[in-house]
Amino acid sequence: MEIYGFGIVAICMYIGSFIGMTLGKVLGISGNVGGVGFAMLMLVVFTNYRESKGKPLSERTQNGIRLLSALYIPIIVAMAANQNVVAAFEGGAVAFLAGGVATIGAILLVPVISKLTAGKNDVEKDLGGKRA
Amino acid sequence: MSGTIVSIFTKYALVGAFLAVAVIMIISYTFASSIKQRRMGSAIAIVVGLALSFVAGKYTGGSKGLSDVALFSGIGLLGGGMMRDYAIISTAFGVKFENLKKAGLPGTVALIIGVLFSFIVGSIFAFALGYTDPVDVATIGGGAVTFVVGPVTGGALGASSDVIAISIAAGVVKSVLTMIITPFIAPKVGLDNPTSAMVYGGMIGTTSGVAGGLAATDEKLIPYGAMTATFYTGLGSLFCPSLGFILIRALIG
Repeated sequence: MEIYGFGIVAICMYIGSFIGMTLGKVLGISGNVGGVGFAMLMLVVFTNYRESKGKPLSERTQNGIRLLSALYIPIIVAMAANQNVVAAFEGGAVAFLAGGVATIGAILLVPVISKLTAGKNDVEKDLGGKRA
Repeated sequence: MSGTIVSIFTKYALVGAFLAVAVIMIISYTFASSIKQRRMGSAIAIVVGLALSFVAGKYTGGSKGLSDVALFSGIGLLGGGMMRDYAIISTAFGVKFENLKKAGLPGTVALIIGVLFSFIVGSIFAFALGYTDPVDVATIGGGAVTFVVGPVTGGALGASSDVIAISIAAGVVKSVLTMIITPFIAPKVGLDNPTSAMVYGGMIGTTSGVAGGLAATDEKLIPYGAMTATFYTGLGSLFCPSLGFILIRALIG
């Protein structure tokens, strides 16, 4: 059933957040260190495991998860409508330069890092991923 | 009459938010189609969201954009951290494990370089524009990492509230700018595959910016970018108030 999909994502979220918060405590900072990332990883591992066993989630369970991901863009739009855009404009030159240059510089570095570390993957792609 | 409408909207706040976002999306996608750029629909919707947030912020004087308007209070719920994280996790459905393994190393390298890069750039501008106290510089540098890291750093180091506000602003500028320019810059930086999306998430880090930017570029890339971005704030909160601050104090203190 569709609600099972909701439940699977929810349990991944709770376990992931638990790991993230525990990690935060161990590291001595308050908050959730990569909790969402752990949760996503868990969902990937779980669904890939089921598929490798030849027992993928039922169509309706998948639909539940798909509904949530379909809501993602509208949620991002709502999130954008939630930002303190006025503060961003009023932060003055420092905020604009610090935030702006950090962003543009980081984006421009993307291909450099990709090339630096991903050369091997291109070879794997050429070989049909056999070496992966 | 208007009182009745407002009370319906506040009573069914979340439903009102669905309605409001649906209207924003219809308008944005119709506009995108009319200029033959249908794929830009979500980018336009995000910009419309930001623009409404700006107008609302000016009008209410609040810090939460459109959700400070009583009529749209549900926007805060729909666009808040809980729904965002819940939905973001679901986007990992359909991701192939092999793709993740492939991008693991580039993603990790990008994370470390990304946090360092933003912190250093932010700190340089803070120093260049007249902030000489290492606490202020580190706080603004943290803001250039993300708008969460700035206040975390400032709070830990005891920065003043106006400096913390600037650090949040720097982070918001980053987030907003990322949402807007990513779709335009994506073809130029090869942002069209899982590996580069993970590198991108690790370099930029601001989860909202990355998610919004990738949503406007190619929805299929969201989970990869989001996966690394989610570790970025944690790494930044760890690094900036500790090693980052020590580094800056050694340089200018």
